[in-house]
Amino acid sequence: MFVFLLKRAAQAIGIVLVVAFLSFVMFQFVGDPIEGMISENATQQERDELRESLGLNDGVIVQYTRFVKNMAQGNFGISYYNKSDVLSLIIERLPATLELVFVAVVISLVVGILLGVWSAYSRNGLMKNTVQILSLVGVSLPSFVAGILLIVVFSVWLKWLPSHGRGEIVEFGYWSSGLLTLSGLKAVLLPAISLSLFMITMIMRLLKSEIQETMRADYIRFAKARGISERSIKYKHVLKNSILPVVTIIGLQVGGLIAFAVVTETIFQWPGMGLLFIQAVNYVDIPVISAYLVIVAIMFVVINTFVDLIYLLVDPRIKVS
Amino acid sequence: MNDLIATQEPSLKRRWGAKMTDIVSSVWDSDIVYSLRNSKVTIVSFIVMAVILILGLGADLFAPTNPFDPTSFSLFDSEIPPVWTDSGDSRFILGTDIQGRDVYSLLLYGVRISLMVGFVSVLLSLVLGVVLGLISGYFGGKVDALIMRIADAMLSFPTIMFALLVSGVARGIFPKEMHGDISVYVIIFSITATGWMQYARTVRGAALLESGKEYVQAARVMGSSSARIMFKHILPNTISPVLVIGTLHIALAVLTEATLSFLGVGMPPNQPSLGTLINEGNQYLFSGQWWVVLFPAMVLVVLALCVNLVGDWIRDVLNPKLR
Repeated sequence: MFVFLLKRAAQAIGIVLVVAFLSFVMFQFVGDPIEGMISENATQQERDELRESLGLNDGVIVQYTRFVKNMAQGNFGISYYNKSDVLSLIIERLPATLELVFVAVVISLVVGILLGVWSAYSRNGLMKNTVQILSLVGVSLPSFVAGILLIVVFSVWLKWLPSHGRGEIVEFGYWSSGLLTLSGLKAVLLPAISLSLFMITMIMRLLKSEIQETMRADYIRFAKARGISERSIKYKHVLKNSILPVVTIIGLQVGGLIAFAVVTETIFQWPGMGLLFIQAVNYVDIPVISAYLVIVAIMFVVINTFVDLIYLLVDPRIKVS
Repeated sequence: MNDLIATQEPSLKRRWGAKMTDIVSSVWDSDIVYSLRNSKVTIVSFIVMAVILILGLGADLFAPTNPFDPTSFSLFDSEIPPVWTDSGDSRFILGTDIQGRDVYSLLLYGVRISLMVGFVSVLLSLVLGVVLGLISGYFGGKVDALIMRIADAMLSFPTIMFALLVSGVARGIFPKEMHGDISVYVIIFSITATGWMQYARTVRGAALLESGKEYVQAARVMGSSSARIMFKHILPNTISPVLVIGTLHIALAVLTEATLSFLGVGMPPNQPSLGTLINEGNQYLFSGQWWVVLFPAMVLVVLALCVNLVGDWIRDVLNPKLR
């Protein structure tokens, strides 16, 4: 177990270092950082001095080492566009994105599992068709169109839910939460639904096929032969064994959701990291882009390691390798 | 003599006719057409897809105005709702946008650009993926390991994220006035770079299987070159899953392009794709101009839906095991 953890940690650090290298390369080749930091009518000498004081004349390896060291200390530099510390910019935006993704995951779990179980066990064609239509909608309806439709229906026509922003938020030191006030909860609903649509269809399809496969397993037939009630077989034995792959997939998809939140945050003007990232891309704000990349990579790696760990704890059949 | 010709002619004709009906009926009864005849959904999606395709490709012919010619529209005609509403104008079937451009014409040109980007990026990913997959599966060993590692790494990269990054880098490298012109290449590159892995994996698996078979050994004994064996002998046996992936990939590529354009890093406003149109329309949604955003969004979803349905059908036809 310990060795496994060590191995995973080493792998994770490796991945983060590679991503850090990518963003370092971006720093090196895209634009001139001096241009972003100094006023346009500075003299050549002032430029050279700044260049020297920033260490931009050192060798590549020295610069990369310093880059990683700075990042490890939380120093991601100064945003060219906002002229403020990149890390505090991102930390300020982080809670919004994480709460949005959290709510989206909860929604997709509840709805996806319900629909998956329901469609796997129902015997009539109606449910089968519903599942088929839903999965087609899932792959054909891009999340930004879904978001616009939700805004049109619930904000413009019905005026039930707000179309943008986070509503009232409560501050706890570094963390700001919108999940504790009514207006915050109302605000998170539409973005979370539009973000969860894809995952709902995925969980639904996956769970359905897993359940159908498990139903054919020998131990289920044996359980039937022992006279265990249909209900107990369906919801205790089969479901328990079918839900594991779903857990893995969700874990792997959470990273993707954080990345995809960029789209949702743009539609709903949700003040999260994604909106910051889009802004950074538009203004070629390299420090923000690279910091975002590294931070998302760290989150991705941490989540994946946790999922592996959970998997290991939940399913004793998997040997530590 | 005359009698002979006279008697022969009808029989010749009959034979010809019989042959034609034979061909027609054999096509009509073939597996593919039989399956098509029995799937009304597929027929409808084929027709809808064809209509959108023809209208888009022939935008010059079918569009009543050219939305890129500033003399063809005027601000006096701006914000006119569709023709069936009370204040509609018969000149503009689907209404006009804030600049007075005909939404229907914009839509046709938008479809063309969306489809062009989708097709080109799918074609490039297909070629890249198939070639790398063939090399990987045929040669194996270190080449195979390298290619598959790269594929794994790319698979964990969300397309949207990758495209945003490439776009950010491109904006940094190229001067500002070129940003509009390079964006189409940025999109195509991003979709290709994040889309080839599926082809490569599929073809690699099939190539691995095929290259152990006797006909490949025979070709090798006959002295055929590796390239000839890969492309002439192995490739045809791996092509059907590639076609299925390709069809479904077109829908995905069109949607990805639309998403990027919606985010503002895709097609610029002077070459609007469906996504750009939705993005522009979205800005005026709250002032009540629902038609500017609704029609492009509808066309996009319907197009993706039809392509997906046709793709599913092709998969079922080419893979008889699933039937």
